[in-house]
Formats: sequence, structure tokens, C-alpha cells
Amino acid sequence: MSVLEIIIALPLLAALAIWLGAPARAASLGATFLNLILVLVATVQYSGKAANGLAFTYSRPILDNPSLSFAVGADGISLILALLTTLVMLSAVWQIEDRPNIFYISSLLIGGGALGAFLTTDVFFIYAFHELALIPTFLMIALHGRADAAQRKAVAWKATIYLGAGSLVLLVGLVWAVLEFSGGSKLTFDLEALRNQATLTPLPAAKQAQIFFVLLLGFGSLVSLFPFHSWAAPAYATAPTPVAMLHSGVLKKFGLYGLIRIAMPLLPQAVHVEWVQNALLLMLLGNILVMGLVTIHANRLDDTLANSSVMHMGYIFLGIAAGTEIALKGAVILMFAHGVSIALLFGLCGRMRNQLGTLEYNKLGGLAAHAPAFTVLFAFGAFASIGLPGLTNFAGEVMIFAGSFTSFKAGVLSNLHWTVFLALWGVVMSAVYMLRAYRSIFHGSATTGLFMIDPAVSQRVPFILLAATLLVTGCCPWLLLNLMKSAL
Amino acid sequence: MSVFTIEAGLALLGLVLLLVEAFKPDISRRTLGLTAIAGTALALVLLVFAKHDTASLPSFMQPWHQLDTLALFYKGFALVITLLVLWLTLECAPYLTRFTVDGKLAEMFSLPLIVCVGMMWMASARDLVTVFVALELVTVSFYVLVAFARKSAFSLEAGVKYLILGALSTGILVYGIAWIYGATGTMSFDGIAKALANPATSKTAALFGAAMLLCGLGFKVAAAPFHMWVPDVYQGAPTPVTAFLSVGSKAAGFVVLTRALDAFLVEGSIIATEIQALLLVVGSLTALLGSLPAIFQTSVKRLLAYSSISHAGYLLLALACRDSARFDLSSGGIVAFYLATYLPLTVLGFLGLGLMRANGLGEDIKDFAGLAKRNPLLALLMTISFASLAGLPLTAGFIGKLFVFLGLADHGYWGALSCAVIAAAAGFYYYFKTILAMYTSEGTDSPALTLSTATKSVAGVLALTILILGVYPKPLQKVLTPASEAVAVK
Repeated sequence: MSVLEIIIALPLLAALAIWLGAPARAASLGATFLNLILVLVATVQYSGKAANGLAFTYSRPILDNPSLSFAVGADGISLILALLTTLVMLSAVWQIEDRPNIFYISSLLIGGGALGAFLTTDVFFIYAFHELALIPTFLMIALHGRADAAQRKAVAWKATIYLGAGSLVLLVGLVWAVLEFSGGSKLTFDLEALRNQATLTPLPAAKQAQIFFVLLLGFGSLVSLFPFHSWAAPAYATAPTPVAMLHSGVLKKFGLYGLIRIAMPLLPQAVHVEWVQNALLLMLLGNILVMGLVTIHANRLDDTLANSSVMHMGYIFLGIAAGTEIALKGAVILMFAHGVSIALLFGLCGRMRNQLGTLEYNKLGGLAAHAPAFTVLFAFGAFASIGLPGLTNFAGEVMIFAGSFTSFKAGVLSNLHWTVFLALWGVVMSAVYMLRAYRSIFHGSATTGLFMIDPAVSQRVPFILLAATLLVTGCCPWLLLNLMKSAL
Repeated sequence: MSVFTIEAGLALLGLVLLLVEAFKPDISRRTLGLTAIAGTALALVLLVFAKHDTASLPSFMQPWHQLDTLALFYKGFALVITLLVLWLTLECAPYLTRFTVDGKLAEMFSLPLIVCVGMMWMASARDLVTVFVALELVTVSFYVLVAFARKSAFSLEAGVKYLILGALSTGILVYGIAWIYGATGTMSFDGIAKALANPATSKTAALFGAAMLLCGLGFKVAAAPFHMWVPDVYQGAPTPVTAFLSVGSKAAGFVVLTRALDAFLVEGSIIATEIQALLLVVGSLTALLGSLPAIFQTSVKRLLAYSSISHAGYLLLALACRDSARFDLSSGGIVAFYLATYLPLTVLGFLGLGLMRANGLGEDIKDFAGLAKRNPLLALLMTISFASLAGLPLTAGFIGKLFVFLGLADHGYWGALSCAVIAAAAGFYYYFKTILAMYTSEGTDSPALTLSTATKSVAGVLALTILILGVYPKPLQKVLTPASEAVAVK
């Protein structure tokens, strides 16, 4: 028995208890709060260790040959993402929606699935838990999204088809990797065994590149990598608030986690093969520049947030494309930072929609006057998203940009370096659309007479929690870096 | 006690029930049904304690009857599915009797027992004559069962279609058997394997015979291009019979296919390459032709019929992946594993359909709207069944598919693998379309739907089986592992 098994089981059991009739709010808040504490304790314990490989491991074989086991274990990356999941999950179930039970159950299932994906070390279960989390996401968008029935169903189906097709491509890539790296006579899905085999007998770079590319397409479409991104923005804009928080904040990180945790260790040279790197750079520039421009043109807050969430994935992909240690660690930190900040922003956006009934910029204005606390919380999210120093996103972005330049030799600019130059313009675009959103919502005059008041103190708690996380890990990024002494 | 006495006893029980119903017309269907269920359950218990080796059989039986692990597994399988079908019949009785003559259900309780005996007999077959006799026992009983709801035009249409195509396929099967006999001079699987490994055997004749045999069996298991009868027959037949056809009849076909292919694809067989290619092509086609048309179905029963075809495709592909050193299970073992996981999924799905029908609802996807409001438990159970049929990870349905996909990838059959993946992707679409319908809020004004405690517990057990097999398939693998060895040794 490992503590990680309890962490994975808690939300799933809470969901079952609610279905059987337990009081929904108490059960979900209790379970997620306990989970946050457990993850925090595990994280603190882990960061105290000198060298860090996998910890808290435990394995239960469920099939002999091919060898499958329910194996849990965590390294720094897994723990950072588990921390992100529990934080966002607690804030998501804190939101009050009009159909309590189904919202709580689906939030718990999405969170539990994400925890399962981040904390298991068997490729089969990593994949399976992610699929498990996608289903409630899809159902919630289709059934309780914020548009008329036909439109929300269309949005949900679009997301499902993209994510479903992406998952299948991913499955093909994973099976290919398992077959290549199982070695000997036994097929195994155990990530550690596969990684050992990959270190002992690495594949030729050309072959690594092929497998990596399949995995990149699979994982990439789960993370809305350009040009497989068009499902994401409408899905987030339509999804109920807790679902938008959980999917954009947490579940979407699964694809990146898979690339860093599965694809790169197994296929270390792939990303340096020229055609793979060039393809990835082109795609991520699509995320940053194209989606940046799209975001600037958005006229509603939910559109801005949804598109910006797609855009920011480009930076994390840049860290992966660079493949240096600093850039990869920066990518992990930015994954955490983006998850926290976008969950904060989507949470606040949901409150605004509930109170005001509209999110269009030209109908809003001057909200700061009656809702100062709300404004400050929003500012935290918005400034973090822009990359203001002192908040976590900045640490991640700086590390990615710096890490992408480590291979710089005087006078020779590679494609990677040119990409960094172009990507830096994304920061400017982020500033443009976020500041524009901030100004038109909170300052100026309320032209249509809409105004909102601050949420009750108890309703501020989840937002304060998220904002404080941004501030603390932004000022002290070593708290996160300590977890990754040797994880990469 | 030997296993064949159990089979004889079961056949006797079937005949007695038939006679009792004929001479004592006032006997209640409940008594009949419960007797049949009790008899089958007893047979299942006895099977566990019976002697489990071929040597325990009388010596005259041994040349054409065997008791390896695969045979025993399929015998148990036949008993379990019969038990469930009998119970499902009782469950659907109030609705079914509206379509039968005099509101009677008599043969609905005795014929499944006869079918069960046929399936059990077939599992042990060592030669083509035994196969043929057992297969006909099953098929002829099914002719009656499919057309049982005589006042329903759909059931009659289904019965006629099944009869004509079934008879045709039997003819082709016999023709194939004759050619194989002509080419190899023997009916026994062992003899055929020996003859095929001998280069002096006529390749053309053997290949023609084997291909005809596969065509005949292809009808039975609904392989493309012989799958056209399935949607109409499944839709028209009474729901318990459909479940029986979908699981029992398919398992029967596949046990014969497993035995026959072990002979055809034996080490050094002169027809191995061609048969292998045929299997891959037919399997891929079947998976696609089952899955893609299912996208456009509006009736859930037809949808399940098409999905049943695509599952047959995966099973054929599993048979095409001959034994790999990287699996503990042989291809026959994987097929048995797949069928064992397929049983609870399908029965649960048809149980849900039967319950909807019994409560006066239709079988279209739109009739599922708002089911979650009317009965959350039934909606959850159907969700588990459909998600598992689609192959959702952590349910039984995924593990079976995983074996097939891994096998194909391991052998490098990339074309077949892509077809299987496309079929599975389509499956996700149509199953989740149905699941989504259950949770939409339309149709919530319809009355609530109540289930009896017995129904709840049986359905609950099936759902739990699906979930447990999905996360802990090891015991099932253990049960089937010796089976694969027995197959491999021959």
C-alpha cells in the first residue's frame, strides 16, 4: 500500500459516496482537502531527499504476460502535477453550481482520473486514467454547457473527435514504443523497465524520430498543439466553470506530462533530429503567433481566456523542443503556473457570468468600483498570465527562453534561436490582450449600468489559495525546482 | 463422474420439460423456467467437480471427444450464458408472451438447454463429423427460437432469413468438409494437421476445402461478407434469443474455428500462408463493415447487432495472430479470453434493452433519452456495458481489445491493425452517442422505471464482473493459460 494509492482512490470513492447519497458538498470538499494535505506532505517529504528517483512506489501485478501491473510511484514532475491537480480540484468543487451532485461527481472523477494518470508508472494505467477523466469532461460539456442544446453538443462532439482521434494515435505510438523497448521475450508496460531498456539499447536516432513524431501527434492533440487546436477554445468557453478549470488547468497538462515523462526519456535523441525539431517549432509558433493574434481579436472574456490557454501551450512546447535540462524544468514549472493561473481566471470568469449574464467587453466596465477584492484576484491571474516577475509563470518562461539558448554559438543562429526571437513577441501579445481585458472590464465607466459585488469571504477562499500559490512559488521557484534535482 | 454424463442429463432435462409442457398445459411458466435454471446451475456445479481429463472418457469416445482446458472452458461458458438467457427470458416473459401463441413460452425454456448441450458437445469435438452434428443441433434449435414470437412480423421475417441463410451455410460447410476429406483422407483434426504438414497432399483441394469450411463457419460467426443477415435477425428475434445468438452462437462458431485453424495452420502446413492472409482480410473487413454502418443506426438493438459483427472481426484477427512467444495466451486463448469478457458486456446490454421493452419503452436511441432520470441505476449499468463494449480502459472490454491489438502489432500486421483501430474509434462514437442520450434531460416526464431486487442483483453482478475483469484480469488469464499449452502441444 502506498500513500499514492490513497490519493488516487479518495476522489473516486468520494464520487461513489455522493452517488450513493452522501452529502455532496461536504464529501467533495472533505476529500479534496484531505487529498491536498496528503500531496503536500508527500511533496515536502520528497523534496527533503538528496537524490530523487521514483518514490512511494508500489506495484500490484494484474496480468503476467504481457506484463501489466497497477504500479504507483512519483518523481518530482508527478508530484508537481499532483499538487496542481489537488489545488485546482479543491477550488473547482468550491464553486457552487445549480446541479450540485452531477457537478461534484464529475469534478471528482476528472480530478481522480488526472491524479491516476500522473501518479501511476505503468503506461497502460497512465493512458487508461486519462481516458477515464475525459469522459465526464465530454458529458458535462454536452449536457450542462452554456449554450443551446444543439450548439453545446456540437462543441462537445468536436472536442471528443479531436481528443478521441488523438488518443488513438497516442495508443498506436505507445504500443509501438512498448514493442520496441520491451526487450527479451516478455512484453511489459512498466515505464521504469522500458526506460532502463531504452538506456541500455537505444534505438537509432532516425527510428526514435519516427516513434516520437507519432507520440507528438497523439499527445500534442490532447494539449491543443497547432494545428490540432480548434476544439479547445470553444470547449472551454462552453464548459461549466469547474470543468473548464479542471480541463484547461489540469487535464490538458497530461499530454505535456506524457511527452516529458514517457516520450523524451525513451527517445532522448528524437527531438534533436532536424525534421522533428523543425516540425515541432513550426507547430508551436502556430500556437504562439497565430493563436496570439486570434486572442487579441476576442471580444468576450471567456473567448480571450480559452484562446490564451491554447496559445500558452506554445511556450511549454518550446521547452520540449529545446530539450535542454533548464528548458525542460522551465516547461514543468510553466505547466504548474499555467494550470494555477488559468484555473483562477476561469473560476473568476464563471462568477462574473453568473452575476452579470454577459462577458462581452463592450457591455462591461468599471467593475472595480464595487468589487475591489475580485479585481485584485483577477489581476493576479491576468498578470501571472502575462508573465510578470514575481509570479510563477515568469520563472517558467524565463527558464524556457534561457534554456533554449544554451546551445548558442557565436554568430550561428539555429532555427531554435529564431523561434525564440519570434516567441518572445508572444509575451507582448499576452500583455496586449490581458491588459485590454482588465481595462475594459474593471476600469472605465459602466456604460450599461452592469455592476457586481465582491463574493462572500468564504467564496474567496479558493481564489485566494490559487493566487497565493502563484505568489509563493513565483517568489521562491526553488520550492518547485528542489523537487526536480534529478527527475529529468 | 464424467463430463459427458452432465451433457446427457441436461439434454434429458430439456426433453422432459418439453413433454411436461405438452401433457400438462396448465403448468406455470415460472415453474418451467426455474426448473430449467436450477438444472443448468446444477450442471455448472457438477462441471467443476467432474473428471477433467480425456483419459477418463470411455475408450470408444476418445478418438472424437476431448477434454482439454479449452473444451472445459467453453463448456462452462455455454452453461453460464444459457443460465443468463433463461433468466433473461423469465425477466422478459410478460412482454414476450404478447407475441406468442396462447401466451405460452414453453420451448423458450427447453430449447436453450438443447442448444447448450450442442455447444458443450462442440467444445470437445476432435473431428469434423462431431463438429457438424453439434453445430446442427445448435443451429436447428435456433431456427425455432428466432421465430418464436410468432405474432410479430419482425420475428417471423428474422426466422425465415435465419433459416434460409443458415441452411445455405450448412450446405457450404458440408461441401468444405467433403473436400477436406477428399484431400486428406480423414475427418479428425489431428489427422488433417498431419496430412497438411505432408507436402504430398494436394494443395488445391485442401485449400478449397478449408476455404469452404471457413465460409460456412463465417456465416455462423457473422464474418464479412456473410454478415448481412445479422442486423435483421438480431432485431427481429426476441431479445433473450438475440443475446443467446450474439454470445452463445458466436462462441460456438469460434471454438470450432479455433480447433480447425489449429489444424490448418499447423507447423509446416501447405496452406498456412493463404489461410493466414484470408483471416487477416476477412477479419479487417468484418471489423470495419460491422463498425462503420453502426454509426448510422437509430435502433439500439440493430446497433448492438452491427457491433456484434465488428467484435467477430476482432476475434478473427486474434485467430490470425498465431502464437507469439511474448504472450502467455495462444491465439485460441486470446479468443476465449475475449469471449469471456464479451459475455457480461453483451448480456448486460441486452438485459437493459429487455427491461426497457418490458416497461413499455422502445428500442431506439431516442427512447433512451432521460433514462438517467427515470432509473439512475439502470442508466449506470447500461453505461458500464456500453462503455465496455466500446473498449474503454479499466473495463473488461479494453483488455480483450488490447490483446488483439498487441498481437497484431507484435506480428507486424499493420494494415489489419489500422482497420481494427478505425473500427474501434467508430465504436467509441456510436456507443457514446447512446450513453449521451441516456443523460440528456429530454423525455424526463416519462414515468419512473422500477426493477426487482433479483434483476438488480444479477445486473449488478454482471457490471461488477466487467469492472473487476477490467482492472484485475489475471485470474482469467490463469484459467486459460493451460488451455493454450494444450493447444500448442498438439
